[in-house]
Amino acid sequence: MEALRDLGYLAVRFVDDLGKLALFTCRIVLALFTPPVRAGAFVTELFKLGVLSLIIICVSGMAVGMVLGLQGYNTLVRFGAEQSLGAVVGLSLIRELGPVLTALLATGRAGSATAAEIGTMVATEQLDGLRMMSIDPIHLVVTPKATAMIAVLPLLSALFIVCGLFGGYAVGVGLMGLDGGTYMSSLQSAVEFDKDVLGSLLKALIFGVLIGLIATYRGYTSAPTSEGVSAATTSTVVVASVSVLIFDYFITALWGV
Amino acid sequence: MTRSPMRDFLVGLFVLAGLGAIAYLSFSVGGLSYNGPGGLKLFAAFDQTGGLKPRSPVVISGVKVGQVKEIALDPSFRARVEMDLDNRLKLPTDTSASIVTAGILGDRYISLQVGGDDHLLKSGDTMTFTESALILESLIGKFIYGRTGGGGGASANAPAGSSGSGGEDKSGGADQKKGS
Repeated sequence: MEALRDLGYLAVRFVDDLGKLALFTCRIVLALFTPPVRAGAFVTELFKLGVLSLIIICVSGMAVGMVLGLQGYNTLVRFGAEQSLGAVVGLSLIRELGPVLTALLATGRAGSATAAEIGTMVATEQLDGLRMMSIDPIHLVVTPKATAMIAVLPLLSALFIVCGLFGGYAVGVGLMGLDGGTYMSSLQSAVEFDKDVLGSLLKALIFGVLIGLIATYRGYTSAPTSEGVSAATTSTVVVASVSVLIFDYFITALWGV
Repeated sequence: MTRSPMRDFLVGLFVLAGLGAIAYLSFSVGGLSYNGPGGLKLFAAFDQTGGLKPRSPVVISGVKVGQVKEIALDPSFRARVEMDLDNRLKLPTDTSASIVTAGILGDRYISLQVGGDDHLLKSGDTMTFTESALILESLIGKFIYGRTGGGGGASANAPAGSSGSGGEDKSGGADQKKGS
């Protein structure tokens, strides 16, 4: 009986959260088309979410590409198919690992920071201060952060993939003695623009929407205490990571990218 | 919001690098790239394409001169392959097209053998001399069941009297050579 009540409460809370998130999204979209345009705030967020994430994205991309090159080479060489290393590294990076790992890294690096920042603003009543000056906090604080996250993720994902391709090239060609031309031609003949590259960018864009919305929503609705800020940060990372992975499955299943 | 030159510069650099990465993925890796001057559109009918795909290369003497654009079924149930070739090529009308394999299990591509006719193929023309893909399984099957001398070769299941009768002769000949 008690368990059933808990389950019902969880379900109601989930639907309640989803509805509030939808309303929150509507307010962001509305704020996007309400003057004035917050270009300066947007650029600042691009800097914080994009430029400052560059190092972690590039290093992780290189490492993932190098591991893929090493693992792929060791497996493929058993079948005498090491010429296809470029295709293995390229397709796995472009179709799956690039967008998904970038999204997970961006959740940890930028999403948590966004939630904590907005959560602290809630806790220290800065958002209430803005409201007193009749400035909509969604317009000034939330919208630039959410849109910057959406804009940044495809760019970061593409950089991650390029770094990964380079890492795979370094291991396959530099370390394992594969021919550079073979690597590149197997990569180029396996990857198709409309299926693989566009699909990858679409995934990154959708993940950007997810992370941007979840991070700002969790921060905005956090309890105005230090505990609330930490809870908002934690739940941002958990919810965003899980929904990225779940959405990844459904995007792949629906569009076959 | 105050402008900070350093930050703006870095953001600009980041956006440029990201767009550059997208462009690299699209054009260089994704094959959106322009591969050689196209424009010469030729058709060829095959009995069996055996895994030929759009964007498969078309080569002459191993040099890439174009790519396959589309593969469709024609009214006589043969595969009609559309090729986009370099329009500076001057191909005689008796040029023949054959589907061959890179290595024993590699990708299929079309190889053109240039003929010696005085008349040249124009854009939109159809090549009459074709040689279909060899299907490894059917070759093995023929070898096992000792039907190497069988008339039609790889194109045994082709409808008789279709437009490329010259091509079928050729493919039959090729099979017999391989089978013996």
